[in-house]
Amino acid sequence: MNETEAIDIDREKGNFRYDVEYEYDAGTGLSEETIDYISEAKGEEAWINEFRKKALKVFNRLPMPTHWATKDLENIVFENIRYYLSQGQVPSRSWEEVPDEVKETFERLGIPEQERKFLAGVEAQFDSEAAYSRMQDSLEKEGVIFVGSSEGLDKHPEIFRKFFGKVIPTNDNKFAALNSAVFSGGSFIYVPPGVKLEQPLQAYFRINAESFGQFERTLIIADEGAEVTYMEGCTAPKFETSTLHSAVVELVALKGAKIQYITVQNWSNNVFNLVTKRAWAEEGAEVKWIDCNIGSRLTMKYPGVVLKGRKARGEVISIALANDGQHQDTGAKMVHQADETSSNIISKSISVGEGRATYRGLVQMPEHLKGCKNNTECDALLINTNSRTDTYPAINVQGEGNSVQHEASVSKVSAEQIFYMMQRGLSEGEAMSLAVNGFVNDLVRQFPMEYSVELKRLIDMEMEGSVG
Amino acid sequence: METVQTNTMTTAVSDLAMDATGLDDQASFERHLSASTLPTVWKDWKIEFWRKFQDLPMPKSRDEHWRFSKRIDFELSSYQLAEKPSEEVVAEAVKRSNVVGALSGRFIFVDNFLVHRDNLDEETLSRGVIFLPLEEAFEKHRDLVEQYLFQESTDLGSEKFHALHNAYSETGYFLYVPKNVEIEKPFVVDHWQSAPGTATFPHILVIGGENSRFSVVDVHQSLFDDREGFGCSVGNVFAESGARIFRKTVQNYNEKSVAFQLDTNNVDRDTSVRGINLNLGGRRSRFENEVRINGSGADVKLYSLTIAENDQEFDQRTLQIHNAPNAVSDLLYKNALMDHSRTIFSGLIKVAKDAQQTDAYQTNRNLLLNETAQANSLPGLEIEANDVKCSHGATTGQLDREELFYFLQRGIPKTIAQQLMVFGFFEEVIEQFESAEMEENLRELIREKFAKKQLQAVASA
Repeated sequence: MNETEAIDIDREKGNFRYDVEYEYDAGTGLSEETIDYISEAKGEEAWINEFRKKALKVFNRLPMPTHWATKDLENIVFENIRYYLSQGQVPSRSWEEVPDEVKETFERLGIPEQERKFLAGVEAQFDSEAAYSRMQDSLEKEGVIFVGSSEGLDKHPEIFRKFFGKVIPTNDNKFAALNSAVFSGGSFIYVPPGVKLEQPLQAYFRINAESFGQFERTLIIADEGAEVTYMEGCTAPKFETSTLHSAVVELVALKGAKIQYITVQNWSNNVFNLVTKRAWAEEGAEVKWIDCNIGSRLTMKYPGVVLKGRKARGEVISIALANDGQHQDTGAKMVHQADETSSNIISKSISVGEGRATYRGLVQMPEHLKGCKNNTECDALLINTNSRTDTYPAINVQGEGNSVQHEASVSKVSAEQIFYMMQRGLSEGEAMSLAVNGFVNDLVRQFPMEYSVELKRLIDMEMEGSVG
Repeated sequence: METVQTNTMTTAVSDLAMDATGLDDQASFERHLSASTLPTVWKDWKIEFWRKFQDLPMPKSRDEHWRFSKRIDFELSSYQLAEKPSEEVVAEAVKRSNVVGALSGRFIFVDNFLVHRDNLDEETLSRGVIFLPLEEAFEKHRDLVEQYLFQESTDLGSEKFHALHNAYSETGYFLYVPKNVEIEKPFVVDHWQSAPGTATFPHILVIGGENSRFSVVDVHQSLFDDREGFGCSVGNVFAESGARIFRKTVQNYNEKSVAFQLDTNNVDRDTSVRGINLNLGGRRSRFENEVRINGSGADVKLYSLTIAENDQEFDQRTLQIHNAPNAVSDLLYKNALMDHSRTIFSGLIKVAKDAQQTDAYQTNRNLLLNETAQANSLPGLEIEANDVKCSHGATTGQLDREELFYFLQRGIPKTIAQQLMVFGFFEEVIEQFESAEMEENLRELIREKFAKKQLQAVASA
């Protein structure tokens, strides 16, 4: 293997790529032929192919959301994107079977090591297909399913079809339609009634190819009283051309179930990251999104919870860090549909240099609901004079005994604080980094250990050279 | 006191108004134009605004500036300019123009006609204060008026209605208080609607010279409860450095009316500008209020209290723009909602790159008194400077059950307790009017509105 020479090493951890011989390549552009190509490569049933083609029509019909969103969206050239690339691999069950260059990628990202330490199961996606997937045997015996979405469709259609496209319908938005047309990869998880996973399941998404679109589709179902934590991480190397990542993630928490979904996203600066994430929470169920966005050129992502059953709970905890050339347009949606449902949104953003962080939210409590509560807090920290932040919540309340409160504030790192830390011997950069870590600390503490360490390190890196 | 019987311009319009079709009709506008006695230059502006009106699309609730507006259900074609009101109507309007007693000067308009004026006293006139109906001001102080007339627009969604207003409006007033002049008593203007299907276009220009200090009150009302009307007012405030201006507005049209109030405030350094609105009337009301802070040290406060019942919709859009450093702006909009009413508050604080040390706040509080009422909040921030203190908050809730329980414990009947709590919610804004007389009169207006309801609909605890 001579691959090491092809590695383009940067100080940034994820910024390297391999030259890979792809067995399947749908080429650039999107048409019905592209979809047929994907379906054939994946050996899909006819109904999936039809589902994709319908979605393509919806995608072509829906306008870009630029009447409210950033104009940068218009810079996406859909004809230049490659919609499907794979080496024809089936997900390996043992690490040894994974192709060397893929293995090396993931080893550099530290995945097997993490798995050995604490994960219950891992899935790793390389471009369009899962390259590796493994779960502890004991969980498999309890009936837990954790496979790639293609395998889920193939082997568990009775569960998959019941919820697939129900939480996020194809016509939800232009990018959900795009994902529905060309989805590939992503995870399918089913946790049977009463099964509580003590350790998290993890997936890792990696874009390796240039001008590539990654469209994973994830569906997680926690049956009655089940509990699961799922974590995903994403990276892409830096390319000259922009890359599109447009995932759809659907979560279903049946009666009394708990789902926690954790994302740490660190795409490189030219990835358009346009993701639709939504959950259903039935009676007494709890869904918690922990969403952390550091990289990408433009992220538009508003994880939501539809609170369908009495006493369901939804929570979004979001951290965004926008540096030069980045726009983190993130937020949360809470749609209350049953009595005594409660939701909580905490969003913290940091804008560095010319970075722009936006919070966009939606809280909805329609007529005839009783005793619902929402609390939303948004705090923005502006580091440099040319940093920018926006807050655009939308709150819509009717009903009896419902209460909603929203608060947002914008501040900067206090000069006194920095001065104090520098008096104690820290450099200005270190002081700033410490202040920023302090700003997000109460949220980061809710992350699993490995992720909070990673996040702290990423913040330190982003804050280097930010002063002045 | 002088009651104006007629003037040439308005008579001419009234002769033709009978034949006119709806407001948005070309022939209607042309008749209005040919009947107008305004100078050619102004007529040319009208033509320009009419073209603009025609070019602009009618807003839809999916437009971002109209988000959550459900009830854009009126037809401009059902309204027209009215004839001159009868003497009985004028007498009634004058009698009922009583929100403010102690005043410096007053105009009463009915259906776009000036029907009554209390002129300024000699002393005030000698200090250079100008308080005149718009057309008269244009005639007598053209150079001055031209600096301000039609210089402003709205950026908050009602561009089409703003253009319509400018195409038709010729009545309204021009208030100019020169440098260093302080006027104790308020300038007061009553704007009435009386004829069925009347469209009125009050145009309000308020200019405070350097270090001037004064207040101005506008009251918009319907003389009859059962006649539909379309009221579209535009108010532009210009505060030169050091000016202290307090603008108070009451909107109490009947519940068949559609009302637009499109306001801007241009604020220079070290000014203090306050605006306060009490909104009670209208079937559909839209308020747009834009503040542009262009000088450091400015201090702007915006208050609003809205009481919505039945099928009323109050749609409030605000914009606080900080273009200069070291300024403060603070906004408090409170809404109390009953029945099937709806309110929308959409506010944005925009801080430009150079506006460091800005302190800007925005609060929207909604009290839902019925489960079918709907409150919508869209508080927004767009911040481009880093050394700022900016925050916004929005809350929506019901009367506090524990508070109510406490009242009941003390032997206060439930309906009284609820009424006390609702008035407690209002009081924070009412007392900002800072005039004991006006506050009491406004409380009475609110009581009247509630008396009709007898608070029976107040959410049961």
